[in-house]
Amino acid sequence: MERKVLGRSRVGIAGVGGLGSHVAVALVRAGVGGLVLADFDSVEESNLERQCYFRDQVGRFKVEALSETLVRINPVVEIRCFPVRVTADNLVELFDGVDVMVEAFDRADQKSLLVSTFRRRFPAIPLVAASGVAGIGPANRIITRRAVENLYICGDGKSGVGAHTPLQAPRVGIVAHHQALAVLRLLHGLDPCDADNGDGCAIEN
Amino acid sequence: MRLKINGKERQYPEPISLEELLQQLGIERQGLVVELNREILPLERLAEIELKDNDALELIQFVGGG
Repeated sequence: MERKVLGRSRVGIAGVGGLGSHVAVALVRAGVGGLVLADFDSVEESNLERQCYFRDQVGRFKVEALSETLVRINPVVEIRCFPVRVTADNLVELFDGVDVMVEAFDRADQKSLLVSTFRRRFPAIPLVAASGVAGIGPANRIITRRAVENLYICGDGKSGVGAHTPLQAPRVGIVAHHQALAVLRLLHGLDPCDADNGDGCAIEN
Repeated sequence: MRLKINGKERQYPEPISLEELLQQLGIERQGLVVELNREILPLERLAEIELKDNDALELIQFVGGG
């Protein structure tokens, strides 16, 4: 994709749990000017072990709690918040106009629904998804790969959440930052996985 | 029938539907995204797809957690 001006770019994030909340924070810190956040969930005490929320935010919609945190980092960031469940029907309305999209859901069936629907409705917009984030497997197994045209997947591709592989803050955090970096590279007009195409040292804002 | 699945050529003696192929390969439908000849298939249509000679498939399996 073409290079964008970071401060004027807009990134959509579907799901603001362990992945999406950290992707949002990283992107705002990096200078992305606009975010569209969608998640119907509210903050629970059990989320605090890996999601970017605080004890005094328990009970509030995650998208609202997260926007407050983001505005504390950058008061001029433009955030659109939707405390709704993302479906095949409302996806276009929610995320129309984003430069890059992030899939950050928890359940496998929500991931495939978002990815297949978004890819069909917005074939020209890059989508950065995640798969294989659970457990405490080595960090070096986590990669960013291009699956098909305009679809990048971060994670080890295998470690689903289960009884022996709960979600752990460090590994979910690594994948979230793989996603955020992939978004940043896309906004700079760079391929997220191409090691030969720019090491990112020459980034200008 | 010849199919290209995730970049690898495979030969099938009989015509096969997508559903049968997924069963043979032991691929779960949960979390699956399918691209057929560079077009992503709608999830609700996966069961109806008949495959043709030289079709190219990308099968992308998502696992839960986030």
